[in-house]
Amino acid sequence: MKKFLAILSLLALVLQIGCAGDITGVITLKGTPPGERELTPIRDTAECSAMYPGALPKTKFYVVGAGGELADVIVYLKGVPSASTGASAAPVVLDQKGCLYTPQILAVQTGQKVIVKNSDPCVHNVHTKPAANPEVNQVQMSGGADLTFTFDKPEPFLKFQCDVHPWMFAWVSVFDHPYFGVSGADGKFTIKNVPPGKYTLEAAHRKLGVQSAEIEVKAEGAAQNFTFEVK
Amino acid sequence: MGDRCGKQRSGRSFLYMKQPQRPAPYRPALFWFAVVTSVMTFLLIGLGGLVTSSEAGMSVPDWPTSYGYNMFALPIQYWQGGVVYEHTHRLLASFLGVLVVVLTRWIGGAPSRVPLAVVGGLEIVAGAGIFLFFPHLKPVGHFFEGIGGVVLLAAAVWVRNAPGSPTLVWCGWGAFVLVQLQGLLGGLRVSLVLDWLGVPHGALAQMFLVLTAVTALLASRWWHQSTIFRQATVPRGLRHHVLGVTGLIFVQLLVAATMRHQHAGLAITDFPLAYGKVWPDTSPAAIAKYNAMRDLGTVGGPITAFQVKLHMVHRLMAYAILLGVVMAAVRARKKLGVEDSLTRFAMVWLGILLMQVFLGAETIWQNKAADVATCHVMVGALALLAGTLWYLVATRRAQLSKTG
Repeated sequence: MKKFLAILSLLALVLQIGCAGDITGVITLKGTPPGERELTPIRDTAECSAMYPGALPKTKFYVVGAGGELADVIVYLKGVPSASTGASAAPVVLDQKGCLYTPQILAVQTGQKVIVKNSDPCVHNVHTKPAANPEVNQVQMSGGADLTFTFDKPEPFLKFQCDVHPWMFAWVSVFDHPYFGVSGADGKFTIKNVPPGKYTLEAAHRKLGVQSAEIEVKAEGAAQNFTFEVK
Repeated sequence: MGDRCGKQRSGRSFLYMKQPQRPAPYRPALFWFAVVTSVMTFLLIGLGGLVTSSEAGMSVPDWPTSYGYNMFALPIQYWQGGVVYEHTHRLLASFLGVLVVVLTRWIGGAPSRVPLAVVGGLEIVAGAGIFLFFPHLKPVGHFFEGIGGVVLLAAAVWVRNAPGSPTLVWCGWGAFVLVQLQGLLGGLRVSLVLDWLGVPHGALAQMFLVLTAVTALLASRWWHQSTIFRQATVPRGLRHHVLGVTGLIFVQLLVAATMRHQHAGLAITDFPLAYGKVWPDTSPAAIAKYNAMRDLGTVGGPITAFQVKLHMVHRLMAYAILLGVVMAAVRARKKLGVEDSLTRFAMVWLGILLMQVFLGAETIWQNKAADVATCHVMVGALALLAGTLWYLVATRRAQLSKTG
């Protein structure tokens, strides 16, 4: 009986993936966003400032291309049943390089590993500031072993910060399903292998808020663009 | 019992009741040691303010070790960024802890030897017990072992002097308890990642500062010899007025500590208006708009309606306190005269308050710059201290006038 159920489940999964389509789209920004701020506190730390002999890096609240393509927008299906494959999903890497987190916006599933590296010649502390998951604070020496984080509960924009260098932040959105994507520098996003059906698709930007659209995914997939506006 | 005995004067304030039959003599060295302890406490509050203003409170995740090293042997290459503030805060706090143990021993004199030995021994046993039965609280065990050792050492030092007045001795023991509790709170905040403990940690720091300053006042020449001066009695109404305003300042400091430990930067970014209005809109749409337009700088968290309202409460209380201190200064001038030392002290208090209001505004205008915000914390502590000392001096005068 167990074997039969397992085969049935596998068959259903294969059929589902076989019929599943991708959701694609482009995120654009209308209007001129506020100017980014130079991270001047970097000058207060010898080891970090040594990595920036010229201009200092700036905040990355709005990463916008020449044609208004907006990066770092999390696009996801809302209200779908829990279907996390996190434990088996490939780990996501969050690096500390140049006294900055790279990338600064990312998304994972519950149970999926976030590997934090320290590529800097100085010490960092990796401090999560969650709303739903337990708070963790660990030291990571230069060249120290990678740290691994997992999150059991979904929550948007869970903050990672370094208190040694208080300008260092990254935001990790956690979902209990695999149907999400992050827009790249060209504004494009892809959500793969979405079973056919009607869904609510949301796009969330940390500063510009959330937009949503009703979409229908067919075997060949679906397309949906979002346009944020600076008011 | 003498005329100043508590039995004959029951119902009077504790300051009166605790007077010994023969007041302990003034000891300049003890007084100055208490002053140094109080000044160190004030500086430590400033350093603590700098830690929070710089968002560096969690930069060293372990305690009482630092990055796995003995706190007193952290290699210099790790002293960078926020670690400079946080680690210096820990070292200065440890030094202050030793000062307070010495102060307790000095004030307590020879009779303090046994209780200190018992407390130190119990702390060492407690530390060992925590290692054995609560291994997840190992840092607390280390803390008790360390402080217990210092206390035992203090008990071992042969001090022959007589104790101070009972009130002074109680102040010493109060400081002894508070400084350890304060250290424990600060350590647990870090090691258990309980950021909310920063609020009681900040509040207790203010109480501790007041206690050390009161200790210095009780050990002062003025307190011992004030019976020989003729000084105007301060009316009860004025004393109670100052006490009420001082209480309000303490509540204000609690509100401020709560605001600071939200770690969200400025909840309201303009002053004297609030988002362009007398009372800001706190609807979800308005909060979303504020978050989008805030110039976060290096601070990352979004604000909430609660934080905006708390900020407004802080402003309203500041106005109420300023009014209260202005009234206290006016009443002191009217009742005591321009030349009276308490009238002058009230004017100094008013000056502190005006400076504090200016620093509060400047904190907003400078987008919560760490140096300005830290000065705001320190001057706030001074305001509380000034009110407390004013009240105690006035109460002392009233008591002396009753005894003739």
